[in-house]
Amino acid sequence: MPESHRRPASNLPPLSLHIPEPRYRPGDTPDFGDVAVPAVDATPRPSEATKPDAMRDLCYGLVRVLDFDGIAKGPWDPKLSAERLRAMLRYMMLVRAFDGRMFRAQRQGKTSFYMKCTGEEATSVASTMALDRGDMCFPSYRQQGILITRDYPLIQMMNQIYSNRGDHLLGRQLPIMYSAPEHGFFSVSGNLATQYPQAVGWAMASASKGDSRIATVWCGEGSSAEGDFHSALTFATVYNAPVIFNVVNNQWAISSFSGFAGGERTTFAARAVGYGIAGLRVDGNDPLAVYAATQWAADRARTNNGPTLIEHFTYRSEGHSTSDDPSAYRPADEATAWPFGDPIARLRQHLETLGEWDADRHDAQAIELEELIKTTQKQSEKLGILGHGMHQPFETMFQDVFEEMPWHLKEQCDQMLAEQEAKFGPNWKPE
Amino acid sequence: MPESPSADTKTMNMIEAINSAMDIMLGRDPNTVVMGEDVGYFGGVFRATAGLQKKHGKTRVFDTPINECGIIGVAVGMGAYGLRPVPEIQFADYIYPGLDQLVSEAARLRYRSANDFICPMTVRTPFGGGIFGGQTHSQSPESIMTHICGVKTVIPSNPYDAKGLLIAAIEDNDPVVFLEPKRIYNGPFSGYYDRPVEPWSKHDASAVPEGYYRIDLGKAARVREGEAVTVLAYGTMVHVAKTIVEERGIDAEILDLRTLLPLDIDAIETSVKKTGRCLIIHEATRTSGFGAELAALVQERCFYHLEAPVERVTGFDTPYPHSLEWAYFPGPVRITTALEKILKD
Repeated sequence: MPESHRRPASNLPPLSLHIPEPRYRPGDTPDFGDVAVPAVDATPRPSEATKPDAMRDLCYGLVRVLDFDGIAKGPWDPKLSAERLRAMLRYMMLVRAFDGRMFRAQRQGKTSFYMKCTGEEATSVASTMALDRGDMCFPSYRQQGILITRDYPLIQMMNQIYSNRGDHLLGRQLPIMYSAPEHGFFSVSGNLATQYPQAVGWAMASASKGDSRIATVWCGEGSSAEGDFHSALTFATVYNAPVIFNVVNNQWAISSFSGFAGGERTTFAARAVGYGIAGLRVDGNDPLAVYAATQWAADRARTNNGPTLIEHFTYRSEGHSTSDDPSAYRPADEATAWPFGDPIARLRQHLETLGEWDADRHDAQAIELEELIKTTQKQSEKLGILGHGMHQPFETMFQDVFEEMPWHLKEQCDQMLAEQEAKFGPNWKPE
Repeated sequence: MPESPSADTKTMNMIEAINSAMDIMLGRDPNTVVMGEDVGYFGGVFRATAGLQKKHGKTRVFDTPINECGIIGVAVGMGAYGLRPVPEIQFADYIYPGLDQLVSEAARLRYRSANDFICPMTVRTPFGGGIFGGQTHSQSPESIMTHICGVKTVIPSNPYDAKGLLIAAIEDNDPVVFLEPKRIYNGPFSGYYDRPVEPWSKHDASAVPEGYYRIDLGKAARVREGEAVTVLAYGTMVHVAKTIVEERGIDAEILDLRTLLPLDIDAIETSVKKTGRCLIIHEATRTSGFGAELAALVQERCFYHLEAPVERVTGFDTPYPHSLEWAYFPGPVRITTALEKILKD
């Protein structure tokens, strides 16, 4: 840089650049005592047709239903039956058991990658339960709870994770990047927030056809910084699209805390304000609050009252993925210091308080789900695991680039097959 | 010359032919939607969508925010629903904010979901220079498109082809980038910017059937038969090449590639093996341009038939300049020089 560019331009005080820094690093004792925890019944529930400008306060508050003693209170209580509550608990426990097992499978070298959603189960399970079965979900990468709540076969999830011969995606996608159109689950991209405008497009199409189905989409607070997020909100407000935007604010985007997405300045729900769409900020560890907020937004969308942005205020209890070590950038006990507890523990406590659940049933269910996962895993592993044998015919590499294979791909396919024949001999077949 | 004869033809320029293709498809398929900046009530800055909203309704033909990421991203979602979106990007120079949605999403959706979801989208966009558009209204990004796996790239050079190719593109179940050479929207271009523009009405290819017809993607057109040299061109440069070889009395065979991907390799191979010489012309910048791909293919497939090195005539590796536009454009002098070089032995 030339010397002249380094000189202060005047004798005014020098400017300074702010680089966000999380409050706690490894070795620090985290204290979230100053995180605002509004009273459970403090947040009013406006009608689903309320104009966004008349409900801005909800972008800065916190929708809550369960207090920390397990009692459901206030205007947002969705008043679900004990049966529905037990189903919600079961799905969340199933997600956690699935995560535990698949995380270990990765550590055992059976696949390349896995992502848990520990602590965030409510943000997909409770949310999905509040939707209609035909509503279309555009997930990010941590929404396995959608598939599990919609009873997608667990073995198909595992087959995808193992890229084995049962994987209907033919081993093309990184583990957990599922696709399940019959279950209203869009193909997971791996690029961040690209699904946001796509969900809006789906919702616009549904509206233009006079359909009654709505779209929902998820991203993290970190990827809300992507241009796609803002493109999506612009299109949604312009066309009043029947879509629900979920921002799962789990505080961490790999090692970058929410401050690098603007979280030091305002809430993520407040992004809605500038776009003139409804925003709700919700305790993401409170399954009933997540359910209630989603139900509100779904009713709003379905009655042509427009889109809603829901910020799920939660905490990523574990690493970003199997490739991440959070102890390198945050205190190891930060998750336990998080003031909103654990969504499974909180729903269990609520059911027990109602007299609809007890420790014996809980333990029995935990064992049952663990067994279910274990049995399914064995079945899946019979179809192969990643890196042990070849599970897809080689030519599948070239299929589905286009509907019909053009000549240049045929030539390249022939080349690759000749290479494989040179390597493995002419009689080779996938295991 | 029409591949599908039709009794009712009308004289159309390229804009009218493109408009007619969308009109036909909006009428035939209730899932077709047309959208983009200024395409609705106004009918597009180049008038390509004039009258379509009035005829087909606001939910079928509509304006969008100035947001190319949103336009293409929304079209991906519409395709997943079952619609057949035809987004317009107002100038090809504006496509870059939407490129991630095109490269990582539209192009790979079929593959990554193993046919669970497809993206039957046709992105129409005017490209190329010669209209004093400066560096943000003149670019030719076709080789960026052909470098994406999962996207087809189509470039028409006349009204008849534009309509038939656009209908085939809209009917295609994969994403297509349909690049419209805006210099020749209103008439073919000789390459001589100081001569009056000839309207399309004086050209055979302006006789366009009013109804439905399609020209399959992936087929080149031989616009001129010859023995001395094969000229590979597309879009505006087809007409420039034709003017020059005819003026100079060169017995050149000109192939209008029409679709860059999938490419009509058979037509190229047959012609180059016959003539033994190959000149590639495009307006886009030279380095890593589509001409490099064509030169490599010709070398790989026709080397022992070649009597001279393959030549490329291209734009320069600079942004498209405003005032020096005609020094940038691969016009008569640059083409003549290359032809003389390739034919000298």
